[in-house]
Amino acid sequence: MTSSRNSRAGLPQPLGNSGGHDSANLADILERVLDKGVVIAGDIQVNLLDIELLTVKLRLVIASLEAARQVGIDWWEHDPWLSGGSGKRELEQENQRLRQRLADLDRDALRELDEGPDDG
Amino acid sequence: MGEQHVVWLYAVTRRLDVARFPATTGVAREPVRIVEAADLMAVVGSVGAGEFGEDALRRNLEDLAWLEATARAHDAVVDIVNHFGPTVPLRLATVYHDDDSVRASLVAHRGEFDTALRRVTGRTEWGVKGYADPDSIANHSVEEQVGDVGEGTAYLLRRRARLSALQAAESEAAAKAHRIHEALSRIAVVAKRQPVPHAELLHKRAKIVLNGTYLVDNERADEFADTVRTLDDQHPGIELDLTGPWPPYSFAGVDQMSP
Repeated sequence: MTSSRNSRAGLPQPLGNSGGHDSANLADILERVLDKGVVIAGDIQVNLLDIELLTVKLRLVIASLEAARQVGIDWWEHDPWLSGGSGKRELEQENQRLRQRLADLDRDALRELDEGPDDG
Repeated sequence: MGEQHVVWLYAVTRRLDVARFPATTGVAREPVRIVEAADLMAVVGSVGAGEFGEDALRRNLEDLAWLEATARAHDAVVDIVNHFGPTVPLRLATVYHDDDSVRASLVAHRGEFDTALRRVTGRTEWGVKGYADPDSIANHSVEEQVGDVGEGTAYLLRRRARLSALQAAESEAAAKAHRIHEALSRIAVVAKRQPVPHAELLHKRAKIVLNGTYLVDNERADEFADTVRTLDDQHPGIELDLTGPWPPYSFAGVDQMSP
């Protein structure tokens, strides 16, 4: 084990993780910079309650990020709360597209029914 | 009219050899600089109020992508400072209106910073996470417990055996985690167990049973790492993951007045 900062994980990753090391670091970094570190009041007060709530929510995510990524769970990347709403927008757009497609199919099906007898 | 700036605080240190300090950029890619007062040095950067002012900050902190970039940049600066001498890392988003406010804060918290700097001098923070796989342990002992009974009864028996095996495996993993933490605590100057993550969000095969941080004297760092490796070998069913060296995030706090 060297003391190089670049080799933060010296032991093999659990579950034969491959390539998820950056996410592991993110979890560790967030856990430290948000939750730890000396707290002194700056001039700009981000309401501590906001940060605490954020921390609580993040703790749920962070702590499980590592393990979850390894088994392919990545819901937080689509969680509107965590992804600044873009995930929600995407879902809405997809929903819209699917509704449109369904309406198109319905119309096509009806038209085929209507046109069917004409063909014969 | 230029953009309004605020002052982002990364870390507090002293006896930083400013001449050797490399050109470093911070959370807004701004050049990092030093503000001095009360024999202390604050490592700061001037950042745009449009992104780091009060309202923007609150909004941005909830954007995981922004948060990730900012956290990494903050940590990178703190890490560099930490290479030059004892460092007290500040929590993310400690922001002042100007340098005078930073100086006033250094003066006001001088005693606490001194104490914190003394505590972390010559020491490094390490993180150790332990992952248990209680499921696979539990699977072994189930089959042989079901005797010659009807199908439905056998199902219930198997189910009950499985549940209790799982329970036993979990408490065994917890006991192992406790022993591992105890062993590491004996090498560390200060040791802490952090809250472990919510089980239901974890894949059940990778339950975190230990989330420890350890402040270790630098001359014992190798011994600590070796011990982690040894404990990893001695405890089948528990995978240990060592991270570090970290700046002393978990041990510089003024609320932790352990020796």
